[in-house]
Amino acid sequence: MALDRSDVEKIAHLARLGLNDADIPRTTEALNSILGLIDQMQAVDTTGIEPLAHPLEASQRLRVDAVTEINHRDTYQAIAPAVQDGLYLVPKVLD
Amino acid sequence: MHQMTLAEIARGLADKKFSSEELTRTLLARIAQLDPQLNSFITVTEDLAITQAQAADARRAAGETGALLGAPLAHKDLFCTKGIRTSCASKMLDNFKAPYDATVVASLAAAGTVTLGKTNMDEFAMGSANESSHYGAVKNPWNLDHVPGGSSGGSAAAVAARLLPGATGTDTGGSIRQPAALTNLTGLKPTYGRVSRWGMIAYASSLDQAGPMARTAEDCALLLQGMAGFDVNDSTSIDEPVPDYSAGLNASLQGLRIGVPKEYFSAGLDPRIADLVMASVEALKKLGAVVKEISLPNLQHAIPAYYVIAPAEASSNLSRFDGVRFGYRCEDPKDLTDLYKRSRGEGFGPEVQRRIMVGAYALSAGYYDAYYLQAQKIRRLIKNDFMNAFAEVDVILGPTTPNPAWKIGAKNADPIAEYLEDFYTITANLAGLPGLSMPAGFADGLPVGVQLLAPYFQEGRLLNVAHQYQQVTDWHTRSPAGF
Repeated sequence: MALDRSDVEKIAHLARLGLNDADIPRTTEALNSILGLIDQMQAVDTTGIEPLAHPLEASQRLRVDAVTEINHRDTYQAIAPAVQDGLYLVPKVLD
Repeated sequence: MHQMTLAEIARGLADKKFSSEELTRTLLARIAQLDPQLNSFITVTEDLAITQAQAADARRAAGETGALLGAPLAHKDLFCTKGIRTSCASKMLDNFKAPYDATVVASLAAAGTVTLGKTNMDEFAMGSANESSHYGAVKNPWNLDHVPGGSSGGSAAAVAARLLPGATGTDTGGSIRQPAALTNLTGLKPTYGRVSRWGMIAYASSLDQAGPMARTAEDCALLLQGMAGFDVNDSTSIDEPVPDYSAGLNASLQGLRIGVPKEYFSAGLDPRIADLVMASVEALKKLGAVVKEISLPNLQHAIPAYYVIAPAEASSNLSRFDGVRFGYRCEDPKDLTDLYKRSRGEGFGPEVQRRIMVGAYALSAGYYDAYYLQAQKIRRLIKNDFMNAFAEVDVILGPTTPNPAWKIGAKNADPIAEYLEDFYTITANLAGLPGLSMPAGFADGLPVGVQLLAPYFQEGRLLNVAHQYQQVTDWHTRSPAGF
């Protein structure tokens, strides 16, 4: 199933990517080419095969429920685009 | 001085033939003189390098020893370096100074290494040609019209041009081994979990692994020693003892069982590379190895599975770049959605955007089973192929890449053409296995690499085989004209 312009616009919205209108035809073509490559997977019989998430089958370790980190807020906010009074600034969300 | 390997530098420093500061100043001057031709560095950290070199010299004067004490190197620009720009070769992070050091950076610094700078790469490590960098393409020192490979193309070009003896790289689908092959270096991707991923900007978390790039296997052993080990900060790090890699280099290859997969010699392989691969097999046979044909029946499914798993994980990992907490923010956003969309649309380059969208599509409602789950099942089939093969052989040998370095721009029209260059490397990432590329000859003046794969945690075996091969061949000693 090939993607059309509206599919690409929907995917870009899901990914919160603002595409230039002029780039959409080229992006659509490239995505269809990549999906064509990926679709070769569908011919593989994987009946009864368990999916593999970690090559060594390791699971996430749990740590002790104890405070180990100090407050890094000032360090992290020093590299933020816009902060005020220790808060990250974004455009107004609610009127 | 710039021709020395890390092992030679270690001996020279130990014998007080020169200081780390002298060496560092020589290499910094060389970078300033020659790197404009290559574009292999994004940031040269001159002041840090001099400070670290002086500190290493002081430690040595105080009686400390160590193979990496005073050794110059560079880090791929996706390792976080405290207070130093860590751009991932993206406009998105052009202004990002990491607030902490990656574990790899901290471990190597503790061993006394000197950081000369941060190397160029494909944006967010997504590419095989180092053409997608926000800071421009990197040139291959063997032919400046050709790509150095990617994504660790800056590390590869810098080491190949003798701007420095070694560098770190990362490998998600071949990003250490492929540029190593294309620039006549030795490069090692360790077992998944062997080297900490903490502080490496994530591309595809279940595939990413850091490793060394240098001119010899002996040097890769020294660097890996400084990088490998358990890290509590990386939830997928494996707590497994780290062997002495240098100590294992001289083991005999008598009776070593080498498997050569018949599927490797398909139509897409440059026949000149096929010949050089078979010549490397003959050289190893003379060292006592025995060769057996094996089969990896699911090999052809690796690229399709990879281009689901890697983009899916990338779309999730790269969602953190939102224009709010760090990195690029668009001008005058009119609302929050506009802030996200324009910051990401303007901050990411086209290949990164394509992979994010492929991933978002593969993970979207109704497609998960057909894409991500199917890819993970194929991943197990590929791992099973290797487990079957390693029941019969000790290492698997083949080409690292189907072609030598191509001309800059030659594969830009269709992203798929570049994806196919990772045909031989991607399976090691999907299965989590260690893999090494070593220089094995030239095709029309361009380097050709041979890849070795081994069972989990047998990096030492790979380094041993490559080192023994490098005792009876001189491909790895050839340097590009003009450098």
